[in-house]
Amino acid sequence: MIERTPILNAVTQVILAVMLFVILIPFWMVFAAASHDFVTVNRVPMPLWPGGHLYENLAEVWVKGNFGTALVNSFISSVLVTVGKVFLASITAFSIVFFRYRARMLVFWAIFVTLMLPLEVRIVPTYAVAANVLTPFQQILDFAHIRVVLPEWNLLNTYPGLVLPLVATATGTFLYRQFYMTVPNELAEAAKMDGAGPLRFYWQILMPLSRSNMAALAAIMFVYAWNQYLWPLLVITDQQHFATATMQLQKMVPEGFGEPPVWNTAMAANLIVLLPPAIVSILLQRLIVRGLIVTEK
Amino acid sequence: MTRHAAFTNIWLATLLVLPQLLLVFVFFYWPTAEALYWAFTLEQPFGGSNQWVGLLNFTTVFRDPKYWNSVTVSVIFALATTALILAVSLGLALLVDRRLPGHQIYSFGYFIPYAMAAPAAGLAFRFIFSPNAGFVAAINTWFPNLWNPATDGVDAMILIILCQAWKSIGYSFVFFLAALQSIPRPLLEASAMDGAGILRRMRDVQVPLVMPTLFFLIIINLTDSFVDSFGIVDITTHGGPARATDLMVYKIYFDGFKAQDYSLAAAESIVLMVLVVGLTFIQFRYIERRVHYT
Repeated sequence: MIERTPILNAVTQVILAVMLFVILIPFWMVFAAASHDFVTVNRVPMPLWPGGHLYENLAEVWVKGNFGTALVNSFISSVLVTVGKVFLASITAFSIVFFRYRARMLVFWAIFVTLMLPLEVRIVPTYAVAANVLTPFQQILDFAHIRVVLPEWNLLNTYPGLVLPLVATATGTFLYRQFYMTVPNELAEAAKMDGAGPLRFYWQILMPLSRSNMAALAAIMFVYAWNQYLWPLLVITDQQHFATATMQLQKMVPEGFGEPPVWNTAMAANLIVLLPPAIVSILLQRLIVRGLIVTEK
Repeated sequence: MTRHAAFTNIWLATLLVLPQLLLVFVFFYWPTAEALYWAFTLEQPFGGSNQWVGLLNFTTVFRDPKYWNSVTVSVIFALATTALILAVSLGLALLVDRRLPGHQIYSFGYFIPYAMAAPAAGLAFRFIFSPNAGFVAAINTWFPNLWNPATDGVDAMILIILCQAWKSIGYSFVFFLAALQSIPRPLLEASAMDGAGILRRMRDVQVPLVMPTLFFLIIINLTDSFVDSFGIVDITTHGGPARATDLMVYKIYFDGFKAQDYSLAAAESIVLMVLVVGLTFIQFRYIERRVHYT
């Protein structure tokens, strides 16, 4: 950029190229393995040139893993998580950063703490709540001796069950807070002086400013939701109709530890599961990169 | 964090935070409180309400060497993955940020593994690093039994660390690169004028300026190593061999849902919660003071 450093540049290029190869080669290995027959896939080392059995391996696992239904379920729940999270995170952080009220820091900490205890850590009781979401309110009413019986609202085997617990975390809120804190005070002052209320300030000034932030968060959230594994495994008991794509991978490995799976079909299933989020992250990545690169001025 | 021009409409402020607070209450605080309740009680064998047993569940947990093994394994895993991920991704971001020819291709490629689900990455790595198929098995033809994650605990640990690191580098990389790119170029040009070479600029200008991002990423990666690892462990090692990769979350899941011992799983959850919250709290107090938000 500034000075001429041919040796350092060459070293940089070599490191970057080698790391690119190391990071991307597993994808090719999965693809190549998915295209071999059973004998070829078990050769050591496996030939990296793809074989001609990709289609039949895919067709076999498509039926075995019920991927027609599973992909639709994954897609719907992932979109819901993405939209819900981006929206909630931005309005919550907006309130915490741009409003003045006593409980502000308390609210921030109350939400920030959730970042530290992800779903997986408190999986057992969260599962119990999902079996009837109104339990907390019912127990509070009981405790206050108010005799109102709330209806049961069971989230097992539903989209809200897949989605809501994933939205109830702080990742996005924290990110938005960090970003809003970098917005200069003068901007809010100027907006206020021009007669803009809080919602107008949020909609017309903060939203356009945070567009690249939003794109990054949305991409991350979609992939995050698509890649959920443990929670769907628990909340979905009706695997025939509500299974998500990642859950189906469990059906590709044998129960016992040490026994190898049938590698070519297992890798074909892997290919089906990893392709949608890979495509999304490739497409949305252009958006993120375009938004993030600060051009030299 | 105080702003002179802050809005004061308390009703609107409340309305804006209410949905998230409600969700957090139902799906976070209530379950956490429930875990506390379960941790101090035992289910009656023939139904009825739980019986208060004080610290019994905790003493059971702490007397269990299998539990301490799980703690040790998790800490090793968390530290190793976080250090590996941050070192590699910061290094790559610094190099890509030099904007030599082809830097866009690199930044594009490095991000792609992030799209992998933990179980998908686990399955891929289990194949690639399998002792008798795939690629790394070739080592065994030269040095028999050198590599076997199915029987050797250290190998199994290396396998899941590599898998977790591979999967997470792209995420940290993107954040580091964004932070580096937001550093004003004139700042770097000025330090170059003052005689700072490329490596010196990285150390004294660029790295200090991405400290907020580093702070964010340390927390995210440590947490992720506890969370996301379930999928990897469940697909690759099932916590084995001989509990060498029996991470805490995997053990909680196993004790809670497979062994159906809610009280034991709850006590284990509480310990993990205290550990993680304490760590973060210290980190937040300690690091944020040394970090300046530009």
